[in-house]
Amino acid sequence: MAGNRRKKHHFSRIHAFSCGKTSFKGDHSLIGGPGFSRVVHCNDPESFEASVLNYSGNYVRTTKYTLATFFPKALFEQFRRVANVYFLICAILSFTPLSPYSAVSNVLPLVVVIGATMGKEVLEDWRRKKQDIEVNNRKVKVHCGEGAFDYTKWRDLKVGDVVKVEKDEFFPADLILLSSSYEEAICYVETTNLDGETNLKLKQALDATSNMHEDSNFQNFKAIIRCEDPNANLYTFVGSLELEEQQYPLTPQQLLLRDSKLRNTDCIYGAVIFTGRDTKVFQNSTGPPSKRSKVERRMDKIIYFLFGILVLMSFIGSIFFGIATREDLQDGKMKRWYLRPDDTTAYYDPKRAAVAAVLHFLTALMLYGYLIPISLYVSIEIVKILQSIFINQDLHMYYEETDKPARARTSNLNEELGQVDTILSDKTGTLTCNSMEFIKCSIAGTSYGRGVTEVERAMARRKGSPLEEEVTEEQEDKASIKGFNFEDERIMNGSWDNEPHADVIQKFLRLLATCHTALPEVDEENGKISYEAESPDEAAFVIAARELGFEFYERTQTSISVHELDPVTGTKVERSYSLLNVLEFSSSRKRMSVIVRSEEGTLLLLSKGADSVMFERLAENGREFEEQTKEHINEYADAGLRTLILAYRELDEKEYIQFNEEFTEAKNSVSADREELAEEIAEKIEKNLILLGATAVEDKLQNGVPECIDKLAQAGIKLWVLTGDKMETAINIGFACSLLRQGMRQVIISSETPESKTLEKSEDKSAAAAALKASVLHQLIRGKELLDSSNESLGPLALIIDGKSLTYALEDDVKDLFLELAIGCASVICCRSSPKQKALVTRLVKTKTSSTTLAIGDGANDVGMLQEADIGVGISGVEGMQAVMSSDIAIAQFRFLERLLLVHGHWCYRRISSMVCFTLKMLIDKLG
Amino acid sequence: MMNSNAASSSTANPDAAGSPDPPAPRRSSKRPKYSKFTQQELPACKPILTPKWVILTFLVVGIAFVPIGITSLLASRDVVEIVDRYETDCIPVANRTDKVAFIQSNASKTCTRQITVTKHMKRPVYVYYQLDNFYQNHRRYVKSRNDEQLKKRSKTSETSQCEPEDTTPDGKPIVPCGLIAWSLFNDTYTFSRNKRQLTVNKNGIAWKSDRDHKFGKEVFPSNFQNGTLIGGAHLDESIPLSKQEDLIVWMRTAALPTFRKLYGKIEVDLEENDIIDVILENNYNTYSFSGKKKLVLSTTSWLGGKNDFLGIAYLTVGGLCFFLALSFTIVYLATWRSFLPVMEQKSRRALSKFLEPE
Repeated sequence: MAGNRRKKHHFSRIHAFSCGKTSFKGDHSLIGGPGFSRVVHCNDPESFEASVLNYSGNYVRTTKYTLATFFPKALFEQFRRVANVYFLICAILSFTPLSPYSAVSNVLPLVVVIGATMGKEVLEDWRRKKQDIEVNNRKVKVHCGEGAFDYTKWRDLKVGDVVKVEKDEFFPADLILLSSSYEEAICYVETTNLDGETNLKLKQALDATSNMHEDSNFQNFKAIIRCEDPNANLYTFVGSLELEEQQYPLTPQQLLLRDSKLRNTDCIYGAVIFTGRDTKVFQNSTGPPSKRSKVERRMDKIIYFLFGILVLMSFIGSIFFGIATREDLQDGKMKRWYLRPDDTTAYYDPKRAAVAAVLHFLTALMLYGYLIPISLYVSIEIVKILQSIFINQDLHMYYEETDKPARARTSNLNEELGQVDTILSDKTGTLTCNSMEFIKCSIAGTSYGRGVTEVERAMARRKGSPLEEEVTEEQEDKASIKGFNFEDERIMNGSWDNEPHADVIQKFLRLLATCHTALPEVDEENGKISYEAESPDEAAFVIAARELGFEFYERTQTSISVHELDPVTGTKVERSYSLLNVLEFSSSRKRMSVIVRSEEGTLLLLSKGADSVMFERLAENGREFEEQTKEHINEYADAGLRTLILAYRELDEKEYIQFNEEFTEAKNSVSADREELAEEIAEKIEKNLILLGATAVEDKLQNGVPECIDKLAQAGIKLWVLTGDKMETAINIGFACSLLRQGMRQVIISSETPESKTLEKSEDKSAAAAALKASVLHQLIRGKELLDSSNESLGPLALIIDGKSLTYALEDDVKDLFLELAIGCASVICCRSSPKQKALVTRLVKTKTSSTTLAIGDGANDVGMLQEADIGVGISGVEGMQAVMSSDIAIAQFRFLERLLLVHGHWCYRRISSMVCFTLKMLIDKLG
Repeated sequence: MMNSNAASSSTANPDAAGSPDPPAPRRSSKRPKYSKFTQQELPACKPILTPKWVILTFLVVGIAFVPIGITSLLASRDVVEIVDRYETDCIPVANRTDKVAFIQSNASKTCTRQITVTKHMKRPVYVYYQLDNFYQNHRRYVKSRNDEQLKKRSKTSETSQCEPEDTTPDGKPIVPCGLIAWSLFNDTYTFSRNKRQLTVNKNGIAWKSDRDHKFGKEVFPSNFQNGTLIGGAHLDESIPLSKQEDLIVWMRTAALPTFRKLYGKIEVDLEENDIIDVILENNYNTYSFSGKKKLVLSTTSWLGGKNDFLGIAYLTVGGLCFFLALSFTIVYLATWRSFLPVMEQKSRRALSKFLEPE
């Protein structure tokens, strides 16, 4: 495909900050020490040194049992139930003459109950097994000597193998990137499965290995990688590569993680360093737990109680039995002669009344066995299976588009659904559909776009306005183009020319078409163009530009070519901009800019960014539309849209040359603060901008999400959002799904502040960590004060915390404070959280508040959370099956949660509890 | 706007490219089939407990139960029952210090009792003996029999469960074996009125099913009560077990330590103030476990024997219902204005909820 051409791109232009040389940092001195002892012999897994190390293979197992461990383990699981232990003892005793009734009637129910439950386990585990088999038998190209690559099954990969992974394939293990099809040995990686982030990550190999573009290059390739031991931390990696007696540092920048996907890159070569259970993604996963519902646990308590009564009854009975038996024969005189106490067995022997009493005790335990309701377990199993069928068959939870009904994968949690107190939700793919739509824009102080967002619709509905009806109708006949939901005849189809500020509109659209890092892909058959972008927002911009007449169609290393609609002639003309610099987006800069030279020769700095950083960079004469634009931005934000400010500036030649020199120098410097240096220089030129307008992109919520959240809130269920996304995105979505509202006071706990950045840079890691922790603690205490002092009039609180702060907030001495604050807040959003953190937060809520938690998510990064929560609900969406495989209940859409919890949960709970009560009542009747 | 979906859908995020297919008719749709059962839409009804309903229900129950109670109490009162406790009186005064020794001796144990009929007794008059503190329900006792042996002649030697009364010391099987049969009650009664013998009909006192199915017509007692220790009655070895109705009655073990067993029926009316002379053989040893022995004459009503409990229970429940209905009415009349709206709202909500399960 177009890949070969793209290979020649110089990506250092696009990724000015993240590409470049790396230096040995402090951590690298640890290599070889404890915790950093792994040695990988690249391309030489069969060698003696490698075989001594004996690292595990790449075979993975997610099943609960193996063939060998099934019986002991499954039986152990079964006999964790007290009642089953009791019945087992009874069954054993029933083979002795102690038994008041026959052995069969004692053993049979036990066998049936245990057999049925174990059968269910087998079935569930078999599904996991099938998944494992599929994964383990996936194939990947592995270097098999002589420079030839051949397909091998994933399970047979060994540490040290060199593999070749092709476009859109998953990485089979944790790899060190050696080289890619791009000249600069970069590749794009999608890590949605790991952290839920949808934007592509850029990885770059070491210079030393980057020139190996052909299979044959690897014939004599030998290297030794020393690195840290397997651990669960996705974002750090320390290692070194020894190649031809030379040491090179390895950083996360070279690490490709298992279960992430290669994107936009034809192929890469990588050396396997962690396999199977050692991979970071498996280190992050926890074994499938056996979950039990509260009703079941409560029932266990009742059974303990009943068992106590049983023992008491038997005990008292035995005492009286002993006394009566002893009195039967006194001085050779029989009292109850009809029992023949003179001629009897040990069970009734008056001479050894104590023994008889003990034996009677055992018999009585069996005899009064009906007090322990074994039938209750069987009936509950049956009722629950029926309830699962009701859930599976519910038409209200069937999703037409993907043809997916709801599926209750484990039936023992049905009634727990009605008891949910806190929902912990993933964002991407769960609340949102993971697609961005360009929906509105404000150009030159005029707002365009008539699209209505989910949020606006939800708000309108809440107010009861009839607006909704007409809108939905309209909604249906369009929405044909993904990522574009813009409708305004004033600027569509080239009619923008007649608008008052046509020149501004033109610049605005041109900026959209040029200021990005997307790559066009031309469909050779019909000439249609699609784009591959790092993030869906960016794609939305380029598509918007295309739909509005500025079609970006080609990127070369030095230029961007656009089909533009010429307002004068009304025809499409090709314009090419030579691309001089890209000042890429980073979370601290919150903006990106390009410097281009137009065909006319003017130097342009085109910039887009968050309002918080852009307004202050406007020139005095560039603030013409500031007031209106700000107003529009606030409107958009209220509507749950993500906004960016667009601005530009003409550069003069001298200024640019000076900038370019400084910038190139900074980029090529080897010092550790290279990035900051480059940022500083970029900052200098990104000023005196002239405002063009603002864009508003909707991170499209799934259907009915706001209503569903609203209903759940009415039911008193709390919703926490745990996402891997950036804080801004998370807050945005918070507004979009009415978790956050205007008038709510936000408590933001963040470690992404400039101060903490500098702290991190400092040499003394432990001191920095302590300082960071102190800062988090301080923020938490401040939040708590706010919470304690808050009066109703100030509005409810919302807690927003980022992943790094969460690390500290979850430490033992702080977590109670954190939890207290979080519980006091009306909404909680945790952003940039790793899978492990999600699981930890879930556990914290579950154990500390002892309320029922439900986790809902769709990606592999949610697995830990789903397993940790009392109930894990998987969204059977598009993002693979991992979440569904580890969930207890799978639904297709977030909005089905409403019916699942409020209807099925309610019914299941009521029905199960009435059944338990009724069965227990029957027991009491029997006693009477 | 010439771009088609295909081009743009792969644009934003190729991952989602395949998702929203046009809803083409699928061959193997997983769409659940509609049925009222699976969708849980079957019509159902459920009482909504409004005050009126509750009061009405209590009232109806009360109205129904009180007459039933009265009738059964009356029926029970109609039954004439004469109980004569004789175990102490039938021991000569001299022997009363050691009753056990007396009963185990060979002395004559014949004893006469006089019973005055307090009220007219319509025939048939049932004759019962009542024992007290006798644990026929003891686990050892109750199992000490062999039903196979009782039923079939071929199973004569089947004596498992019967220990220690299974075989004679020389190994011959005892028929019927076991402690129950061994301890068969052996007091006998003869009745006379005005010196004229009253016949006691001993046929048909056992359950028909027992006679026909549980005790064999060809099974004859053998080796019974031949041991050193004699438990109770002897059996006529020429009469098959199915005809030994006293045994059959005895072997239907009682659940409680105080029990009555049918001895026979007197098939004539007994008039008020009739004096019945009873000559009884006081053979059975209840003295070692200090049990009582009573002779009972009783008529029956349509409800069975004399038993006031049922009537009293009905009357109590019925009365309670009336009382509750009354007190609820008072409470309701006193406060209905204040909680009427709440109730109505609640019931309406409940009603709408189950009519449209959504």
